[in-house]
Amino acid sequence: MLLLFDGIDEPGLSTLPVYERRGGYQQLRKALAMTPEDVLADIGDSQLRGRGGAGFRMAQKAGFLPHGEMEKYLVCNADESEPGAFKDRELIQKNPHALIEGIVIASWAAGIDRAFIYIRGEYAYQADILEAAIAEAYEAGYIGERILGSEHSVSLVLHRGAGAYICGEETGLLDSLEGKRGNPRLKPPFPAIEGLYDGPTLINNVETLYTVPYIIGMGGKEYAKLGTDTSTGTKIASISGDIQRPGNYEIEFGIPAREIIYGLGGGPPEGRDIKFWFPGGSSSPVLTKDDLDVPYDYDSLAKAGSMLGTASIIVVDDSHSVLEVMHKLVKFYAHESCGKCVPCREGTNWTLKMVQRIESGEATPMDLDIMANVQTHIIGNCLCVLGDAMAMPVGSMVEKFRQELEAEIEAARARAAAGSAEDVIPIGVADEHAGPVPVH
Amino acid sequence: MSGFDTFDKGGRVPIPRFGHGSRVPGWDLEVDLDKDPAVIPDPETTPVPDELRRDIEDAMSKYPDRHSASLPALHAAQQLHGWLSPEAIDQVAAVMRVTPAYLTSVATFYDMLETEPELVGHHDVYVCTNISCSLLGADQLYEAMIAAAAEHPDVHVRAFECLGACDIAPMASVDGEYLGPLVDEDAAQIVEDLHAGRAVLESKQLRFRKSVDPQVVAQREREGY
Repeated sequence: MLLLFDGIDEPGLSTLPVYERRGGYQQLRKALAMTPEDVLADIGDSQLRGRGGAGFRMAQKAGFLPHGEMEKYLVCNADESEPGAFKDRELIQKNPHALIEGIVIASWAAGIDRAFIYIRGEYAYQADILEAAIAEAYEAGYIGERILGSEHSVSLVLHRGAGAYICGEETGLLDSLEGKRGNPRLKPPFPAIEGLYDGPTLINNVETLYTVPYIIGMGGKEYAKLGTDTSTGTKIASISGDIQRPGNYEIEFGIPAREIIYGLGGGPPEGRDIKFWFPGGSSSPVLTKDDLDVPYDYDSLAKAGSMLGTASIIVVDDSHSVLEVMHKLVKFYAHESCGKCVPCREGTNWTLKMVQRIESGEATPMDLDIMANVQTHIIGNCLCVLGDAMAMPVGSMVEKFRQELEAEIEAARARAAAGSAEDVIPIGVADEHAGPVPVH
Repeated sequence: MSGFDTFDKGGRVPIPRFGHGSRVPGWDLEVDLDKDPAVIPDPETTPVPDELRRDIEDAMSKYPDRHSASLPALHAAQQLHGWLSPEAIDQVAAVMRVTPAYLTSVATFYDMLETEPELVGHHDVYVCTNISCSLLGADQLYEAMIAAAAEHPDVHVRAFECLGACDIAPMASVDGEYLGPLVDEDAAQIVEDLHAGRAVLESKQLRFRKSVDPQVVAQREREGY
């Protein structure tokens, strides 16, 4: 089903004339002719779930916003930094006006007159394209005062981040947008009640807002017929890692994961077999090749013990060790932990040291129990889910690959006993900006 | 990071330390203890280049709260000074009417804001070393990039978090331009292109990459572009 990716490669689609020729901003006209309540009801009928990871229903979230005259904000989360995710990048780069149209429609539905897009600083090229598109849309009267002669007015500001994974977390993003360090906040109050500048704030992922015009176009009920009963519509899935044809693919929810990985992605390189895969970015618990027939949607993946997350599949083939991937993963989260909550700050660093212990031949199989136990103390004990995002995949790796990890421990111990442990000490390459790792 | 040694304790994982055994960066920097950190620099005595002042004021005018402009303002100052030196921070603080301590707290949080000395107009090369890229040899690529830039102090190579381009893994961002998939030999070419002032490794720029989705491929053929 070609919906979000319809015409995505047409040259010049990022400019207004081409976008309009393809029917752009017609859905905005249609939405502005409806009442905000009807637009929201239409989005509700579509059962659109948030595409940023949590999968919360968009219309429900928008419905939490208090009514009445007050400063309300819409924030589009374009801080895509989940390892393995790159869908928003392609959508923004190739079709920025669809996102803008979605933002204007969503702000109309939720009664909001100030909107922001928070884009990660690394997406400099995409941000330039988006900025140009916003200027075009202002010029043409699609953003601004009394849009297309209607009651609706909204302003839109593009805000560039500066490189911090935690700013993809909604409350960390809000703090960053307010000009502070991107530390997550205590919830509740949720952003819908008290968000940006303490005002009610609707935060949605790029792909969620991007989908809105397509829903208005075909009607919410019609859209809900796509996909499965509880995961409606289409989704951009990003496939990367040990795969023959990495890239973004538009899929309908519910197709088997095997079809995505082998059918679309071409499977692992010739002669290799899948060892495990992350179904929804590096924060999701890993699945093995036995799970390849799971239908790819929110609920089936949850039932399989993992999650859809950002729909970013990372495939790891049998030429890599579990430990090697675990080390990369843990080091990333230890670096990106903002340090506000103790279980995450200490837990990610302790786990990194445990992995280094295994590699230097100091660990015993009992360490795996300790490591798994440390993970259970992180999950659910912090303001945000960054710690969980490390704990869940690490926990699943220990559970599913215990034998291999025990063999690694034995092998490293043997190497250390033979006096060659120094050679394998993994002082990583990525530490140059992290400073020294304190050892207590 | 400059100037820290590792002290090997008999086969254990070495603990990275700065000089004199300190684990705290900046322990040896000179500090004026009499200076009040909560003072907003006096605009009269803090000269700010006009262009920078304009950029910061532009940014402040976009938001309901001027503090929101801290990231764009620091970005602009970094562009001008090469890094966020104490002088650069003071200039931003003077225009934004905030304390330098506040801006320093922000600057040290974000990976793209440099709080260590860098040359003006230096080139940033971020090599992604996260999972998808490292599965395909990013660590080796990073080493190659470091080696290629060894003689060039104006090329600043860093290992970086996932840059959101796993489809072109292993990849690097060179002054914001995404390049991939890279092989180790590309490192030298990147440095050469940077110094020649031409487009870097044009054949591998992400901006020209077409979608691989078979439905889009079919549409491309159907519509003829």
